[in-house]
Amino acid sequence: MSDSIDTAAVAAPVPTGQSGTVVRSTVMRRLLRNPLGIASLVILGSIALLAIFAPVLAPFEENFANITKTLAPADSVNILGTDSAGRDTWSRLLFGAQLTLLSALLCAGVAIAIGLPAGLIAGYYAGKFEAVSNWVVSILMSLPGLIVLLTIRAAFGPSVWISMIAFGVLISPSYFRLTRTAVQSVRNELYVDAARVSGLSDLSIIARHIFSVVRAPIIIQTAAIAGVAIAIQSGLEFLGLGDPTKATWGVMLSEGFKNVYMTPTLLLWPALAMALTIGGLVLLGNAIRDALEDGEKIKHRKKKTVPAESTTADPAKAGQSRKSVAAVEVGTEHHLIKVTNLGVGYPQADGSVKKVVDDVSFHVDRGEILGIVGESGSGKSQTAFSILGLLPDNARIVGGSIQFDGNYTVAPGDDRVSQERLSKLRGKRISYIPQEPMSNLDPAFTIGYQLVTPMVRVLGISKAEARKRALKLLTDVGIVNPERTFEAYPHEVSGGMAQRVLIAGAISCEPDLVIADEPTTALDVTVQADVLDLLRELQQRLNIGVILVTHNFGVVADLCDRVAVMQNGRLVEEGTVRDILRNPKEQYTQTLLGSMLEGKTPMTMLVSRPGSAAQKEPVA
Amino acid sequence: MSVSLDSSQKSPLLAVENLVVEYPSKRFRAKPFRALTDINITIGQGETLGLVGESGSGKTTLGRAVLGLAPVTAGKVIFEGNDISNASRKERRTLSRDLQVVFQDPYTSLNPALEIGDILAEPLGVQGMEPTAAKKRVQELLDQVGLPSDAIHRLPREFSGGQRQRVAIARALALSPKLIVCDEPVSALDLSTQARVLDLFLQIQKDTGVSYLFVSHDLDVVRHISHRVAVMYHGEIVEQGPAEIVTRDPEHPYTQRLLLASPVPDPDRQEQRRADRHRLLANQRNQIEQAGAVA
Repeated sequence: MSDSIDTAAVAAPVPTGQSGTVVRSTVMRRLLRNPLGIASLVILGSIALLAIFAPVLAPFEENFANITKTLAPADSVNILGTDSAGRDTWSRLLFGAQLTLLSALLCAGVAIAIGLPAGLIAGYYAGKFEAVSNWVVSILMSLPGLIVLLTIRAAFGPSVWISMIAFGVLISPSYFRLTRTAVQSVRNELYVDAARVSGLSDLSIIARHIFSVVRAPIIIQTAAIAGVAIAIQSGLEFLGLGDPTKATWGVMLSEGFKNVYMTPTLLLWPALAMALTIGGLVLLGNAIRDALEDGEKIKHRKKKTVPAESTTADPAKAGQSRKSVAAVEVGTEHHLIKVTNLGVGYPQADGSVKKVVDDVSFHVDRGEILGIVGESGSGKSQTAFSILGLLPDNARIVGGSIQFDGNYTVAPGDDRVSQERLSKLRGKRISYIPQEPMSNLDPAFTIGYQLVTPMVRVLGISKAEARKRALKLLTDVGIVNPERTFEAYPHEVSGGMAQRVLIAGAISCEPDLVIADEPTTALDVTVQADVLDLLRELQQRLNIGVILVTHNFGVVADLCDRVAVMQNGRLVEEGTVRDILRNPKEQYTQTLLGSMLEGKTPMTMLVSRPGSAAQKEPVA
Repeated sequence: MSVSLDSSQKSPLLAVENLVVEYPSKRFRAKPFRALTDINITIGQGETLGLVGESGSGKTTLGRAVLGLAPVTAGKVIFEGNDISNASRKERRTLSRDLQVVFQDPYTSLNPALEIGDILAEPLGVQGMEPTAAKKRVQELLDQVGLPSDAIHRLPREFSGGQRQRVAIARALALSPKLIVCDEPVSALDLSTQARVLDLFLQIQKDTGVSYLFVSHDLDVVRHISHRVAVMYHGEIVEQGPAEIVTRDPEHPYTQRLLLASPVPDPDRQEQRRADRHRLLANQRNQIEQAGAVA
């Protein structure tokens, strides 16, 4: 199973009674915990308050002029001085805030009013409306904005409101596109289908299931758009195209610029107000985005975070043993891979380490297939990935060691897989067959290219030789027309074919160990049988060791020599395939085998006694 | 005479007759893609029809066509005697009381932003149920599918895959439907979880007499839960009959291949089955060659 499912299953137990409506308040709380978020909220809040209470706070009317006191420096009456007409700068700044903020809101409001509904309809219904609205949007976006605004000013006169409505219309495509894309991504989600089956009207589906998806991006976008609107509007006014009878920051900036040599502070105050407001809006948008991005950040701590509970790794000793570790542990040289007391954990936000693999030991020899069986969240994939050195960056080895062909890839005391040691082995001596064949081939390159490149790099052979080899490999994995597959792109072949290609890739550099992570889970049953045949035939011919991670006991019975059963990160049972499948000793293995449908009487209860099918799902 | 005729007309809950589903091609004037060809199935009261086939065989499309989520190009979908193949949105709303669905993926079939209680109350609200009555019904449903009652105020992400699938089943049960279309409802689940969810499906059928159209790629699952089984291959039903016969002694070459391809959890029996499969494949290849030679 994939990681996301693993972690979801692991994260299932949650304190009971937790309310779901906390979603929004946690966003708010995260926003307030972010210093930038608080700072931007404080700045924008105080500017808004100043603007709202401007009539009360301002000592003078916005256009009250004292001609006897022009370009005066700051004093007790005019605390920021006066401009060339003797008007009070502080008062004008306050009234200007009112007008500037309102016009920015108007602009965003107009843009949302046009873009949001149009985007919702176009995204949800697609079809003709989407086609037509796309044309309109393209036309709007190709219009030169500034020239349109100048034309509108020429036609309707210098009004802040009209120019901001026009700018709102011009900028509405950004909302339209944002909304349409978000809606398209959820339109075909199964929960929307389920709502349709429930008989919900389109309007309720959009309101309940679709709108919640676009809400957050719209808020973030609005913060950015409001900033742009302020900048554009002030820009127009700075050019002298604003309404000179109204006090706005742009008009003040223009006024200050004219007198920049006499009273430079006249330029400073409106510029500062604009910078604070726009900066605050941008920061707010970023902070909301950060708050919405799920998951709390885990603080990266220095070493020695391995908790006391881990008995297998003593952090104090770890430092010493790292250098003095012998290359080979005596008596283990003959195993191809040997995993000893391996533990893998993930540091949590509260400083503890969540173990996903705990005290796991096993070995695999050449020519042998070991099956690792378990359910999602059992740690089987994590074990395989630690052998491959492909654990996520935040994973830590919390105990034990891994030896490949006698050499440590994870030495006792290491807290990470040594990439340096593994990169020499990976692809060359250890290779990997993934679960999802399609997502493991790059759609941008031909299959041939993806087979040849690793061989040229790892084996150091020429391209022509590698090509010959690749064609031979494709024939070996049972592809009828290797030339055509070689030239094909991944989307041109079926899933079963893609898995054959990946198997060809895995054996291309003659590895000693192949790790196959659920290699047939994504395939149809008939294709699975073919791929299992192929794996068996190749393994016997090349005499390689295989670790097969799977949840399917049928696949185990088909391929494996030995089986290890894992549950919740621990190895519960290990033995030969016949022992485990016929006489499982552990309760858990018995439960798993008991859940198999093969050989059961149809229409009977599998695990529960009749009448108690509604038994509680055990908390994982 | 007339009585027996009446009951025989009434008896199938769902009848699909000569159904064809085509999706228009994206390319200009290209031939539409035919997903289903001439499908005929019936499901009786309290009966389970298992629908098995590989990916792309059209089994999911058939389920969606019954639900009105796929376009019906030709043929009829008859539910309780009424042709619903082109039902309007309003008719669908009435229909949703009797016809429900459980989807495959419990991770995307529940809206991640809604609480479980709201998800379950949604179909009730559409039918105009009072909020207090709806709340009571939601409690009953949670109990019926074996979820704790405090699940009402939790979000889907707080539950494991099996538990989410229980929520999806509870949503389907909310209006006490007569037929539930189950689209691969256990294939995303672990083995032991799958067993418990299958038990739940059986128990619900025993308690409520609901019918299932049970879509799955797994012959073992279909054999376990179905009264009758239909096998789909390339958009057509190639074989149909009692579960015991179709899943143990199939006639159609594809079903035979399918049966022998699914591995059994015992190394020696599996080796036997593998040999049987290779023999079958060789036989079928020979037959095709002979047929080609005769032609």
